[in-house]
Amino acid sequence: MASRKEGTGSSTTSSSSTVGAGGKGKGKSSSGDSAVKQVQIDGLIIIKHYQEEGQGTEVVQGVLLGLVVEDRLEITNCFPFPQHTEDDADFDEVQYQMEMMRSLRHVNIDHLHVGWYQSTYYGSFVTRALLDSQFSYQHAIEESVVLIYDPIKTAQGSLSLKAYRLTPKLMEVCKEKDFSPEALKKANITFEYMFEEVPIVIKNSHLINVLMWELEKKSAVADKHELLSLASSNHLGKNLQLLMDRVDEMSQDIVKYNTYMRNTSKQQQQKHQYQQRRQQENMQRQSRGEPPLPEEDLSKLFKPPQPPARMDSLLIAGQINTYCQNIKEFTAQNLGKLFMAQALQEYNN
Amino acid sequence: MATPAVSASAPPGTPAPAPAAAPVSVPTSVPAPAPTPAPAAAPPSAGTPALSSDPAAAAATTAAPGQTSASAQAPAQTPALALPGPALPGPFPGGRVVRLHPVILASIVDSYERRNEGAARVIGTLLGTVDKHSVEVTNCFSVPHNESEDEVAVDMEFAKNMYELHKKVSPNELILGWYATGHDITEHSVLIHEYYSREAPNPIHLTVDTSLQNGRMSIKAYVSTLMGVPGRTMGVMFTPLTVKYAYYDTERIGVDLIMKTCFSPNRVIGLSSDLQQVGGASARIQDALSTVLQYAEDVLSGKVSADNTVGRFLMSLVNQVPKIVPDDFETMLNSNINDLLMVTYLANLTQSQIALNEKLVNL
Repeated sequence: MASRKEGTGSSTTSSSSTVGAGGKGKGKSSSGDSAVKQVQIDGLIIIKHYQEEGQGTEVVQGVLLGLVVEDRLEITNCFPFPQHTEDDADFDEVQYQMEMMRSLRHVNIDHLHVGWYQSTYYGSFVTRALLDSQFSYQHAIEESVVLIYDPIKTAQGSLSLKAYRLTPKLMEVCKEKDFSPEALKKANITFEYMFEEVPIVIKNSHLINVLMWELEKKSAVADKHELLSLASSNHLGKNLQLLMDRVDEMSQDIVKYNTYMRNTSKQQQQKHQYQQRRQQENMQRQSRGEPPLPEEDLSKLFKPPQPPARMDSLLIAGQINTYCQNIKEFTAQNLGKLFMAQALQEYNN
Repeated sequence: MATPAVSASAPPGTPAPAPAAAPVSVPTSVPAPAPTPAPAAAPPSAGTPALSSDPAAAAATTAAPGQTSASAQAPAQTPALALPGPALPGPFPGGRVVRLHPVILASIVDSYERRNEGAARVIGTLLGTVDKHSVEVTNCFSVPHNESEDEVAVDMEFAKNMYELHKKVSPNELILGWYATGHDITEHSVLIHEYYSREAPNPIHLTVDTSLQNGRMSIKAYVSTLMGVPGRTMGVMFTPLTVKYAYYDTERIGVDLIMKTCFSPNRVIGLSSDLQQVGGASARIQDALSTVLQYAEDVLSGKVSADNTVGRFLMSLVNQVPKIVPDDFETMLNSNINDLLMVTYLANLTQSQIALNEKLVNL
């Protein structure tokens, strides 16, 4: 009976202390419009993620379960989606999800769907697919987030887990599905304001803390110091390669846009000229006493060229931005390490 | 499969290698009454006969000493040959090691915290893979069950469904056994163990002591073995196995991070920025170094007796710092720093470029 009291006691204290901790609000909160100011993750999730990813190098996706407390999103459990390795037509993702959630409800796990997660390869996650998925999630559930975690970066020693949401402006644009340049200009979206990052906080219950102490005593696995390794060129090279590819795509996109602009302006000019000629002819005809020519529908004569979708270029810009951020973080760390090595070597001599 | 044939030939009655015959005979000859719940203090015969060479099915138990010790003692790989003979005291010659991933323990604790009102413990299924020398448990899920004084009901349908769902995600996982929270092995455990032995050959039973008896959360693993007088009704005994912890690299880092919540008052921590992490890692190394230094001083001043193996380790440690001619080192260092600075400059340039592009487009 002592055990049960301990158990229930700990769960109630954890829920009450989360409310208390929410008031303190660790970390800076993002732009105030959004519904979620902080994401709170149970330690269990972190271990689960990395355990799944450890099995393969493909992209792993899954569902986050939890609940919303005031302006905080608490994530308490998660489960992965199977990979679409075979073209299994009768495999139903929705059904899988429903079954899982139903089963989890039986064992009292929170079955509220609050978001999804995805693993990423070197930080390349800003894609159309992600945008669409996150939009549908956020549309259905106001406070959902997408958790991005980078296993490669984590294998280098630092946990890399980020939570993103779409900004409200972007939500509106997506709702209207209007990605023309004018609409985007009106909404005043730049690539920096597409996704907002929500600070993450990790929380553990008392019992899990006890477990951690046990593990620490028992596990004799040597501490791996990859974080301090100086071999960085491989990682840096790959990052730069991806960045270069993106920049190439971006330049192509810019060229397309420029041609479009040029075509539009040329067309404007042609329209203008045509109108002027028309007017002149009409004046001549009037002077000669003939009926004026009917006003022709200019828009039928001069079909305006299709404006290119601006969403792709926004995404590419966003992706480039992420890559640059990653690279900068990485180089900052490495510079620190190099200076340490220098100090060590000087002392040696 | 070769296994059933082999074990069937060795009749379950032979005293010494009796546990070896356990895998196949358990489902058939286990009577419900008279189980011995206590984990064996004196292990039975340690002989792991030729069965151990079989990779697929579960082999015999180990004769591990009672406590789970994940210490550096060699995990005792199963020898390919049979080791006949009576029980050997002391360190076991061969047998199964159970390698646990931390996600299992965290899930178990989490499901314990979420248990129904009135339930004293939770049970669930363990999933994982079987290897020649060890069993690796990589996943688990909890199964609803009802337990009262005289009966126990486990929702096996649910367990099967969940297993199917899990199989879709990771098709390599097999049902390895089951877990339960709580301090002891009760009579109901035997029944539940029997349920599970229908699903998996020689299932493993894991107990996690969430009631924190003795102030510790002890984690133990067992396999059931036959015991008793041959020819009469056989009883079942749970023999302990060695538990070791296995991590993927990324898991290790996640666990390290979570351990930090033990130290913060709210049990809340945020994720640290890049340079902070480097600082943290170097602080850890500094601590380790100061411990080593302290030990060296103690040995020098005679407080601690010198140990040759430690001395050799220290020697190799000191020699690992490479001796480089200072000029060469300068050039290497500078070229590396130049690379990094250049990359930073490029990244900043790119960022300003796209910002500029954005402004132009929106004109």
